[in-house]
Amino acid sequence: MEITTRALWAMIHGMGFGALYLLACSGAIVEIWRRYSPATTSLASAKDETFLRAYLVLMVVLAWLAVLTGAYIVYPWYRAAAPAGTVNLAGYPQMQLKSNPGTSGWHSIGMEWKEHVAWLAPISITMACAVFFRYGRGIRNHPQLRNAVLGFVLVSFLCAGIAGFFGAMLNKNAPVQGGSVIHLMHGGNR
Amino acid sequence: MSATETSADRPNGSGAAALLAAGIGAFALALLAIAADQAVWVKGLMVFYKPTGPLSGVTTSAIAVWLISWAILEARWRKRNVALARIGTAALALLIVSLLLTFPPIADLF
Repeated sequence: MEITTRALWAMIHGMGFGALYLLACSGAIVEIWRRYSPATTSLASAKDETFLRAYLVLMVVLAWLAVLTGAYIVYPWYRAAAPAGTVNLAGYPQMQLKSNPGTSGWHSIGMEWKEHVAWLAPISITMACAVFFRYGRGIRNHPQLRNAVLGFVLVSFLCAGIAGFFGAMLNKNAPVQGGSVIHLMHGGNR
Repeated sequence: MSATETSADRPNGSGAAALLAAGIGAFALALLAIAADQAVWVKGLMVFYKPTGPLSGVTTSAIAVWLISWAILEARWRKRNVALARIGTAALALLIVSLLLTFPPIADLF
């Protein structure tokens, strides 16, 4: 069982940071909606407040790591230009996708959207985290602020979902490959 | 902020500043992405890190716009109560418009 370093980084970027962020989003939305509503009967305690703050900090870290590893580690491998005359485009995902009309849309729409829309997620969640650090449980007394923050978290979830979907489809149609090979374990002869 | 002020009675200006700045940052990202796609000279200008191409400049510049606008708005609003309904709506509108503007078929209309 082997994996290349480039494939491992693509996995860390997408299935690690990106997917974890998406999972965390649903939790944050439920928590902000349920516990910090002006109409809630179960008031958030100091412990709940600390938990949500830590949770949001983790989400901020995941969101930034997802976009930074994507843009500065994986994306350069994706957009690498093949030397003139290269026939096998397996190591050049962008060129591979563009070489076939059946797959070119995954680049011209999928990657072109993903590479920009993904950045709206860390901006939104950093803002939400900062607001919670400033207001804590007191955000219940600012329902308009709480609603707007919730809206931003929802949009960040949507943006991360779009980026995640296209990331998965791009990797399915033209995976980022290459680099040194890492041997994970030896398979048996079953 | 007075010593007895709690998060409950804290002015809403700080939250409004964070919201609007995030909307401005998102909108800057969308505008810069369109500009880099449509104008060759902007595209060249946005290459801060060659392996990543114009995406490096577009995102770094948008983040700079976001953080600078946040700092300015925070300094102006942190001790005040502002029209949060209007500001929150504007910020969310900017975010949603930015989401739409980054969609290539819409971005290509410009």
